[in-house]
Amino acid sequence: MGIHLYRIDDRLIHGQVVVGWGQPLNARFLILVDDLVASSDWEKELYRMAVPPEMDIYFADVSTAIKDHPRYAADPRPGILIAGDTDSMHRLVKGVKAIGSVNLGGIHHRAGRAEKLRYVFLTPAEEEQLRALEASGVEVTAQDVPSARAVPLSEILEGASK
Amino acid sequence: MSNGGSAEAPKVRAIVIGHGDFSAGLVSAVDQICGMAGRLVGLSMMGLTPEDIETAIRGELARTGAHVIFTDLPAGSATLAARRIVKDDSSMVLVSGVNLATLLDFVFNTEVSPIEAARSAADRGKASLIVVERS
Repeated sequence: MGIHLYRIDDRLIHGQVVVGWGQPLNARFLILVDDLVASSDWEKELYRMAVPPEMDIYFADVSTAIKDHPRYAADPRPGILIAGDTDSMHRLVKGVKAIGSVNLGGIHHRAGRAEKLRYVFLTPAEEEQLRALEASGVEVTAQDVPSARAVPLSEILEGASK
Repeated sequence: MSNGGSAEAPKVRAIVIGHGDFSAGLVSAVDQICGMAGRLVGLSMMGLTPEDIETAIRGELARTGAHVIFTDLPAGSATLAARRIVKDDSSMVLVSGVNLATLLDFVFNTEVSPIEAARSAADRGKASLIVVERS
């Protein structure tokens, strides 16, 4: 079992993750990898209360997640790992070296980002991080919900699927 | 029933926010049933970042003077944003898991404070969930 989905999503824990992916994957644990959330008891409690009772949630900053990844991967239950931005996932992938695919679930509009898909907006620096992930052998696709088509990175960067 | 041309617009008492067109659908349903949609403002969080969702809710609360936020999923981004707002302001109240029965109870319950009305509406909403099976 272990981690079935590595997802970048700036909403972190929300309906698409808990219900949209959590139910079909039968996810029983979530790992929220975010330096800011991991450093705040209030933020952790906020996200803990958003998770249904049948799911465990673990919080980690990126360096802790790299250290604890073997334990997450060996968990007999299916799980989902969420990072809030490309930089966190990029650092995680570089540190773990055992992540085969990354899902872009939601990176929304803000200053400096250009629209690639309805739910994916990227800065040039974020594009470079995703290209670097793929160059290192990680499959990068965008797919907001399980029923949607997984859009390959090359297609995302063309912005052809808007 | 018309109140005539001089009637004041009803005071907004709550913001309703959820996934997709959830809030617009609920507010429309309230209007169809009792014509009191003016007591509610519906917001969609489609395509918004968590920060944008929080800003949108705060903006509507400030604009309307409402003190109640209804959201759909307890795990949703809107609920998380609303929890941040309630943390900062003890006069605000959040009800997650809203349904039509909840809103109908709320819009009619104008004789009590918004927070009391929200509590009553949540009880009514829970009670409206029933399972009917062939015996």
